[in-house]
Amino acid sequence: MYEFDWSSIPGALPFLWDGLKVSLEITVTAVAVGIVWGTLLAMLRLSSVRWLGALAAAYVNLFRSIPLVMVLLWFFLIVPQLLKGALSLDPNTDVRLTSAMIGFALFESAYYSEIIRAGIQSVPKGQASAASALGMTYAQAMRLVVLPQAFRNMVPLLLTQAIVLFQDTSLVYVSALADFFGAAYKVGDRDGRLVELLLFAGAVYFVICFAASQLVRRYQKKLNAHVAH
Amino acid sequence: MISIQNVSKHYGSFQVLTDCCTEVKKGEVIVVCGPSGSGKSTLIKCVNGLEPFQSGTITVDGISVGNPKTNLSKLRSRVGMVFQHFELFPHMSITDNLSIAQIKVLGRSKDEARAKGLKLLDRVGLKAHAEKFPGQLSGGQQQRVAIARALAMDPICMLFDEPTSALDPEMINEVLDVMVELAREGMTMMCVTHEMGFAKKVANRVIFMDQGRIVEDDSKDAFFANPRSERAQHFLAKILSH
Repeated sequence: MYEFDWSSIPGALPFLWDGLKVSLEITVTAVAVGIVWGTLLAMLRLSSVRWLGALAAAYVNLFRSIPLVMVLLWFFLIVPQLLKGALSLDPNTDVRLTSAMIGFALFESAYYSEIIRAGIQSVPKGQASAASALGMTYAQAMRLVVLPQAFRNMVPLLLTQAIVLFQDTSLVYVSALADFFGAAYKVGDRDGRLVELLLFAGAVYFVICFAASQLVRRYQKKLNAHVAH
Repeated sequence: MISIQNVSKHYGSFQVLTDCCTEVKKGEVIVVCGPSGSGKSTLIKCVNGLEPFQSGTITVDGISVGNPKTNLSKLRSRVGMVFQHFELFPHMSITDNLSIAQIKVLGRSKDEARAKGLKLLDRVGLKAHAEKFPGQLSGGQQQRVAIARALAMDPICMLFDEPTSALDPEMINEVLDVMVELAREGMTMMCVTHEMGFAKKVANRVIFMDQGRIVEDDSKDAFFANPRSERAQHFLAKILSH
């Protein structure tokens, strides 16, 4: 019978906390960039200029057809070299975090753009017509009338995607970056207590993600009640 | 004020408008009617460029709508439009609905836009609802707000695209009353509507469309007394029989 020994966790908490901060940092950056870049991609895909739409569609389909872990690995291998060259950094500067953030952001924008595209299409066409009829330019109609309504409808989906993204950040272990999962793995490996550390890490992921998804559900209920009346 | 010359439009091989010609002079009220699918809504949307057209010319206040060099947004800001489904912005209060375009398009100050919006809201009898959201108003009230929103831009003319056909019967009159008042004040209006009572009361001319063509374009008295085309006779007989 395997005997659990949790004694290595308390001492490792500061290190694990740093790892959790890395995970959250990557998540927040990828969500923020993903929403902005994803909105642009969605607008390109919906634009009447055909080659712009095709370009955006190619981007989205490319990233949606490649496993995330491969994207991260490529960015881990290529981007550090590029960044160091472009910014003439010291060769020893650690740009793994930056490259992970860029990789996640570019990858997630493909998913966000699909959510946002559906959100834009959920706004009745008459709304854009009414905005145009009042003399608004296309950009004003989008910014003031269509996108606010689209985002209000999309918030639950965007947040759910953010929760999935937070879990996916654990994949940065391929670059040996100490995110929360990576940190737990390192501690477990060092102390020969891998099972305990991974169980602990799993529990933490579960608590965070479950709580977040409950919050999303509550928000969605509120939203539905608001729309219904 | 509005001049429509030989306008044709097609979606692929489907001809929506064929060779439409008419004029709307300053202060005139024109009612456009016809069976559904006759192209009347499309025609009125061509007037402010919401629908593109392939041939012919439309000018509003001397400015060509179809000319790619025309600043369409600027032209549209001077032409009011009221839609069948109101199209108030549901995420904004009534006050914001009334002032947003004044602020962002005309560059008016917030206070000025708000004051103007409230004045017009009072005029359509809805001042008490200023801080509500569109979803809290009835269809008739929403359409009156939509008219006020268009008027807040000080338009040189107004386009109405079936303003009462999405309304419950008991709300139609409150909207028509606002439109009649507007017509009597001398607003240039082009109205797509089946409300023949409204046409009889205030229209100068009635245009009858069928299958994308303007079949009749006559003074209202001539139109109601003896429509020349058989199709218009048919249409009137059906619509006035009850």
